[in-house]
Amino acid sequence: MKRFLIIGAGLSGLSAAITLAERGLPCALFSLQPSERAQSVLAEGGINAALNTMHEDDSPAEHFADTVRGGCGLADPEAVRGLTEHAPEILRRLERCGVPFHMQNGTLMLRNFGGQKKKRTAYARSSTGKMIMTALIDEARKYEAAGLIHRFPHHEFLRLLLRADKSCAGVRCRDCYTGEIRDYFGAVLLCCGGMNGLFPEMTTGTTQNSGDAAAAVFMQGVPFGNPEMLQYHPTTVGISGKRCLVSEAARGEGGRLFIEKNGARWYFMEELYPELGNLMPRDVVAREMFRVRQSPGCGGQVYLDLTGLSAETWAQKLSDLREELIAYLSLDPKREPVPVKEGIHYFMGGIAVDAKHRAGLRGLYAAGECACQYHGANRLGGNSMLGALYGGKTAAETAAAEAQDAEPDCPVQEDEPLLTPADPRLILQIRDILLSGLGIVRDETTLQGALQSLAELSAARESNAREKARLCLAGAMLQAALERRESRGAHYRADFPQSDEAYRKTTVVCCENGAASVKFVPLPEEGASV
Amino acid sequence: MTVTLTVLRQASPDDAPYRQTILFETDDMQMTVASMLQKINADPACTDTEGRAVTPIRWECSCLQKKCGACAMRINGRPRLACDALLSEFRRGRILLEPLRKFPVVADLTVDRSILMQNLMRMQIWFAEDAEPDEAVRGLTYDASRCLQCGCCLEVCPNFCADGKFYGMAGLLPAARLLTALPESQKEAMQQAYRKHLYEGCGKSLACHDICPAGIPVDRLLVNANAAAVWKRRPRRRREKPDE
Ligand SMILES: Cc1cc2nc3c(=O)[nH]c(=O)nc-3n(C[C@H](O)[C@H](O)[C@H](O)COP(=O)(O)OP(=O)(O)OC[C@H]3O[C@@H](n4cnc5c(N)ncnc54)[C@H](O)[C@@H]3O)c2cc1C
Ligand code: SF4
Ligand code: SF4
Ligand code: FES
Repeated sequence: MKRFLIIGAGLSGLSAAITLAERGLPCALFSLQPSERAQSVLAEGGINAALNTMHEDDSPAEHFADTVRGGCGLADPEAVRGLTEHAPEILRRLERCGVPFHMQNGTLMLRNFGGQKKKRTAYARSSTGKMIMTALIDEARKYEAAGLIHRFPHHEFLRLLLRADKSCAGVRCRDCYTGEIRDYFGAVLLCCGGMNGLFPEMTTGTTQNSGDAAAAVFMQGVPFGNPEMLQYHPTTVGISGKRCLVSEAARGEGGRLFIEKNGARWYFMEELYPELGNLMPRDVVAREMFRVRQSPGCGGQVYLDLTGLSAETWAQKLSDLREELIAYLSLDPKREPVPVKEGIHYFMGGIAVDAKHRAGLRGLYAAGECACQYHGANRLGGNSMLGALYGGKTAAETAAAEAQDAEPDCPVQEDEPLLTPADPRLILQIRDILLSGLGIVRDETTLQGALQSLAELSAARESNAREKARLCLAGAMLQAALERRESRGAHYRADFPQSDEAYRKTTVVCCENGAASVKFVPLPEEGASV
Repeated sequence: MTVTLTVLRQASPDDAPYRQTILFETDDMQMTVASMLQKINADPACTDTEGRAVTPIRWECSCLQKKCGACAMRINGRPRLACDALLSEFRRGRILLEPLRKFPVVADLTVDRSILMQNLMRMQIWFAEDAEPDEAVRGLTYDASRCLQCGCCLEVCPNFCADGKFYGMAGLLPAARLLTALPESQKEAMQQAYRKHLYEGCGKSLACHDICPAGIPVDRLLVNANAAAVWKRRPRRRREKPDE
């Protein structure tokens, strides 16, 4: 019998599970916690599709062009073509599942989002992700009742089961409640989210995405793409234990960034970019914030001034944000400027996949934020939920077409070295080294320094298996950033500030015998994959 | 400030529970109980007031911004989200953490809330056909969809128990979502299930209302769902706040 094992029950995992179930194919859906707790519920702003309900002559072709441009030449054109062409159908499907997108007089309303020329982002107040998740959890429940989706909540993925020829035979998981470890055989779809856990307290995401799953499969030889591409969101605030997103909508409604310069407020974005001002793309704003903080006469803190917004805007559009800032920072943004800083928000890089979502090993697929697909060097807001949904669906379709009958034909290994968690102090040390190298502005010296510190850290201790995997993945990220000697999208090198056509390639990192190698691979042509 | 933190601990369902008290030093009064637990677990040298080593405290968290419901527990006797409880609230610096009581304990502060999902399964909470949404009540669909399935409401509900046939507010809200857009073919079955598992057991005391950490207007949803499922009236149209 064909069997399918999905790791992760956020948007991409649910989409994959539902796609298989619709074809009558049963799957097992593993996740550390139930879907209600996945990072996908945090998504606020919206999801993109060229539905053209605002009559701006929008089309999938324009959505394609914006996405490819946003990705600065590193997005796989064939994959993006599929994504943008299927987007309207995906949105309509979500409507049929009862997602309460914002409507006016029978029209589904779309809003502007950074980097896109047309209104293309569907939304449900400031909880778009939660609304979609609730609807898809119900949809999945229908198939659970029919015996097609078998949920394994509170299960941790430990590692892949590999055959001698390095193809993937299944997964080993641990029940976090009982401690029981079991092997499951079948085609594997990794939908395990971004690598937030490499940067504890420094991302806008969840603690559940610990990065352990990514590190484990990297150690097992699964190639990763563009791991140096981290999206920093310019406006985040530090709340207890994490960075909390201050949505782009706050600037859209008139929020202004400033820094104290020689005792006066300097609205630097407005001065430097008179046309778009505070609404420049995320990477540009983040970089300028970084720069002004170091410039002479400037204080070390950038503020977002929202005091000029009307009472109506606060009441109707940003009430959640205000409530959040009052609750966590005892700061009322209506009266006082908000201290903001860039925070890690999205991982464009991850498990390398082709347009059909096949990962580097036979029998292995990946989708959602854990995979490197659609966004190239920079993700557009609203494209990641879409990418997770379409990616999960595509991965499931490919797996369904290719899957073999699952046999436990892989040697069973009794011991399980991955059981011991990584030392939390080491996790923080690795984080600090990564941050020193993979900041908003990078250069050869700091990256070399970071690699050096990582090597010293690694040499100075006897690491367990999880720690080794984490060190190896961290090293690969730094190495990739070092070897991409150009600036492109989220990757900005002070020593190579221009883009170089020679690097219009995917960075592919691979782990062999505990050491990472980096190569640059040309992008596939449209129509290349079968 | 020194926080005197007492945690009701239990190594496994088969072990006896015991209290462990830790003195936690911090100057950061904006820290949440969730972050305090993370810090304690990240410190291998942490000891309790009797000098015993503190093994990692088992609890669940995910979003750390009260949007996922993972970290629900009893804090000084009140069911709440640990990421929604700032240390500055506890003037006397005494905090008691206990697991939710209506669910079986897995270990320490982690409880098994899978009964919530089983109840929704029994109620057949899904659209068997395409949803038939009514634009006039989108606000209700939205609010009902916000439920975190955290279980705080069940903890204070006088009528909910884990093996009972009454499913409480955590069961009612998902049903209320469906009722705003239910296709004709599902109406009868849903109305029956609603009566049996929600309407008949609910005393309408609204103890759940003040406790809901998501601030969901459960009273409004209760009235509307009752109207749709029991009195077979359309949900009440209200002037909606403009969406954004
Ligand atoms: C604050 C915030 C706002 C956002 N806003 C938007 C927006 O407006 N529009 C947009 O398009 N995108 C937005 N995003 C991004 C988007 O939400 C995510 O990229 C997307 O939801 C990721 O979905 P996913 O399925 O890949 O992963 P997730 O939803 O992160 O799910 C990961 C799953 O993997 C499981 N898992 C992880 N590790 C393991 C393991 N070892 N074993 C077992 N299971 C494991 C988890 O339990 C979880 O179920 C936002 C993100 C954040 C943080
Ligand atoms: S109104 Fe009372 S009985 Fe009904 S769900 Fe709420 S607390 Fe329980
Ligand atoms: S109604 Fe409120 S308290 Fe109850 S489960 Fe939902 S979010 Fe939690
Ligand atoms: S961790 Fe998500 S609600 Fe507390």
